[in-house]
Amino acid sequence: MKLELLKQLNAARRERRACVLVTELADGAQRFVAAQTLAGDPLAEEIDAALRAGKSGTVERDGAAYFLTVQVPPVRLVMIGAVHISQALGPIARIAGLDPVVIDPRTAFASPERFPDTPVLAQWPDEALEARPLDRYTAICLLTHDPKIDDRALTRALSAECFYIGALGSRKTHAKRIERMKAEGFDDAALARIHAPIGLDIGAVSPAEIAVSIAGEIVDALRKKPQRTERA
Amino acid sequence: MIGADDDILTAAESWRAQGREVAIATVIETWGSAPRPVGSHLAIDQDGRFLGSVSGGCVEGAVVEEALDVIATGKPKTLEFGVADETAWKVGLSCGGRIKVYVERVER
Repeated sequence: MKLELLKQLNAARRERRACVLVTELADGAQRFVAAQTLAGDPLAEEIDAALRAGKSGTVERDGAAYFLTVQVPPVRLVMIGAVHISQALGPIARIAGLDPVVIDPRTAFASPERFPDTPVLAQWPDEALEARPLDRYTAICLLTHDPKIDDRALTRALSAECFYIGALGSRKTHAKRIERMKAEGFDDAALARIHAPIGLDIGAVSPAEIAVSIAGEIVDALRKKPQRTERA
Repeated sequence: MIGADDDILTAAESWRAQGREVAIATVIETWGSAPRPVGSHLAIDQDGRFLGSVSGGCVEGAVVEEALDVIATGKPKTLEFGVADETAWKVGLSCGGRIKVYVERVER
C-alpha cells in the first residue's frame, strides 16, 4: 500500500467521510474511492452496496477479484434532552458500540453529575450541532418535549439524512410536530422518516425500559436499512 | 469494532512516519466460526511488533512471521488458515473457522 493511500484513509476517518480502498488481489494494485466521488468508478455499483452495508468484502468483475476495505464513520447517537431516558440510553448506546452525546441548553439538566458516563453539552442544539454536524451515520433522539429545543435539532436532522430520527411524544404531540415541519417546507416522505412514538413497541414503561426500546429501534434502522421502505 | 480497526491504520501511518518498515494484514475472507470479521486489520513493523487482530490470537504469530517476509520483499501475499489445513492446527486456529489474510507492505 502506498503511504499516500494510508494517509487518505486516515484523513477520511478523522473527518467522518465514508470511503473504500479497492485492492486488486491478483497484482496488488490499489485505489482510494471517496463515497462522494463514487460516480464514474468502474466498481461504483459494488462499492455503493458495500458502503450501504458498511461491510468490507471481496467482489468480482470481469474475472478479476477485488477486495473492498470499507471505512464508514463510527456511528454517533445525539440525544436532545438531558432527561431520565438519556441517562439510561447513554450507557446502553455505548455498550452497543455507538458514540453517544447529550445536548440540552438547560444547565440544571445538562450537568456532568447527572451524566457521569456520557459527554453532555449544555448548549442549544444549533450551537452544539454547528461544531459537530449531523450526517447519515448519526442517530438522533428528540427527548425534551419542548418544541423550542427539539425542533431546531429536527430540521437539521431531516436535512442531514440522519439514518435514525426518533421523537418522544404522543401521537397528538407528533401530529403538531408534523404540522410545524410542513410549515418549514419538509414533505411527507421526509417526515415519514421520523420514528414517533419513539422506540420499539415492547410495552416499555420506565425511562430505562424506553431507553432499551429506543436502542433496539436504532439497531434495526442501522442494520436493516435496505429493507426499509421509508427510505425509498 | 470499527473504532478499534481504525486505530490500527492510524498507528501504521505514524510508525511509517517514524521511519519504521510496516506491513498491514487484512482479513479478506472467512468461513465458519472465524473470530474476527472481514476487514479486520493487523499492523506489523520490521521488529515484529504488532497491533490489532485478525483471528483473536490464534494465527497472529504466523501472520507476523509472513509479514516480516513481505516487508523484506515488498511483494503482497495472501495467506490461508483453517482446520482443513494441517498447518492451521500447528498455529492454532482451533475454533473451527477458516480465514484468508492479505498481507502488504506500506510503501513510501
